[in-house]
Amino acid sequence: MNSFWALLVRDIRLATRAGGSAMLALAFFAAVLIFVPFAIGSNSRLLAEVGAGVVWIAAVLAALLALDRLFQADFEDGSLDLLALGPLSLEAIVAAKIAAHWLTTGLPLTILSPLLALLFDIPSPAFPALVVSLAVGTPAVSAIGSIGGALTLTVRRGGLILPLLILPLLSPVVIFGAGAVLSAETGLANGAFWLLAAFSMGAVVLSPFAGAAAARLNLSG
Amino acid sequence: MAEALFEMGRYAAFVWPAYGITLVGIACAIAFTLRAYRRAKKRLASLEDGRIR
Amino acid sequence: MFGWANPKRFMELSGAVLPWVAGAAGLFLIVGLYLSVTAPPDYQQGDSVRIMFVHVPAAWISMMAYGWMALASAIGLINRHPLADVAAKEAAPLGTLFTALALITGSLWGRPMWGTYWVWDARLTSFLLLLFLYFGYMALWNAIEDETRAARAAAILALVGAVNLPIIEFSVDWWSTLHQGESIVRVNGPLIAPVFLWPLFLMAAGYTTLFFALLLVRMRTEILARRSRTLILQADG
Repeated sequence: MNSFWALLVRDIRLATRAGGSAMLALAFFAAVLIFVPFAIGSNSRLLAEVGAGVVWIAAVLAALLALDRLFQADFEDGSLDLLALGPLSLEAIVAAKIAAHWLTTGLPLTILSPLLALLFDIPSPAFPALVVSLAVGTPAVSAIGSIGGALTLTVRRGGLILPLLILPLLSPVVIFGAGAVLSAETGLANGAFWLLAAFSMGAVVLSPFAGAAAARLNLSG
Repeated sequence: MAEALFEMGRYAAFVWPAYGITLVGIACAIAFTLRAYRRAKKRLASLEDGRIR
Repeated sequence: MFGWANPKRFMELSGAVLPWVAGAAGLFLIVGLYLSVTAPPDYQQGDSVRIMFVHVPAAWISMMAYGWMALASAIGLINRHPLADVAAKEAAPLGTLFTALALITGSLWGRPMWGTYWVWDARLTSFLLLLFLYFGYMALWNAIEDETRAARAAAILALVGAVNLPIIEFSVDWWSTLHQGESIVRVNGPLIAPVFLWPLFLMAAGYTTLFFALLLVRMRTEILARRSRTLILQADG
């Protein structure tokens, strides 16, 4: 387990240094949220209506940003091959990278979301729902995104097709996540939160296997 | 029976394009597929000729 | 080089079968089209119900094509058979075509009923996502240079997509009932009268045989192309 934590800490350190992916994700997140009123007008009722959905979209897209470098950076300088030869199974390596990605993008976005939600005047019953749904949903983004990152490992500009590969796969996350916030806003239970939790759990548990299979085929000769 | 073809009234503007695009799509698919096949066949034949000679 | 013994058999078999499949496709389509345009107008939807005869089969085939891609991908991954990889790869453009046709005809079917060319109903939205799944699959094949690697990567993507697809459909369906607007009309229409079944099934049979006929030709094309590439490599090497 030592190697797992070592890898996790290392990836977190890499992501949080200046110019790393954590900063990029937060900056993008804030930029989208600030641009939306510029684009659709400052009518506060309209903003309050769309606010939760917009925050959700911004979070998912921001979390996507760092995914193409998730494996590629290590692949390019040979570290990935070294890691693969080490004590950790490829599945564990992928799991560690998913965790590191979430801790440096999904989690900060979730924590920041109530602050930025103020920009949209989202009704207060929706606040906790927003934060909790993001907390539960963003791990799925990291997990499914890592599969895309592993598949495009050897593609030079892999970052360009990665969104195309995984965005359709992420639609349940956005649907259920925003649905959970809607349920809090309207006071009507719609089961969205449980569906989100189930999907997220499934994604997190299964993705390391798919991601490892993808990484394996790109590493072997 | 055939009169029904031409008396579709307000739906005609949608039914005909739907069939039209379908037929065009299918025709193009067939055309492109066959063209690619003939090209590949010609290319292989000329390569094989080159080897034998 | 063991894998290449089989493609020869495939070329022989497909060459023998192809005229029959293509002929069947032509027959089904011609009869199906005739019945489609001569079918009586529907009580509720008038003549626009005719669009169902080109929309529904296209939708069925677009899903079938993805299932085929997933199956071939699984066989390709497990058995490492290059022919399975080819079968998956060549199905994708066809699946894209039928998905696009389903979307366009679906949109035209809905226009007289809903007043707009697009509506976010569960079926159209699902097919939009399916279209992008196909695009992603083809993009991945194109992006990776090494053919064997591309085949495996695309296979993994197809399988991940296949597992996800029912979930995506469920979530889209759930979402559309959540945000139920004024129109609850499903593009399928409530009941299908028997007089409509014949054109529908004939068109579906026509589309299916057409898909397989085109697939066989595409696979043969790819095998010929690979042979050419091998010859070129040998000449250089």
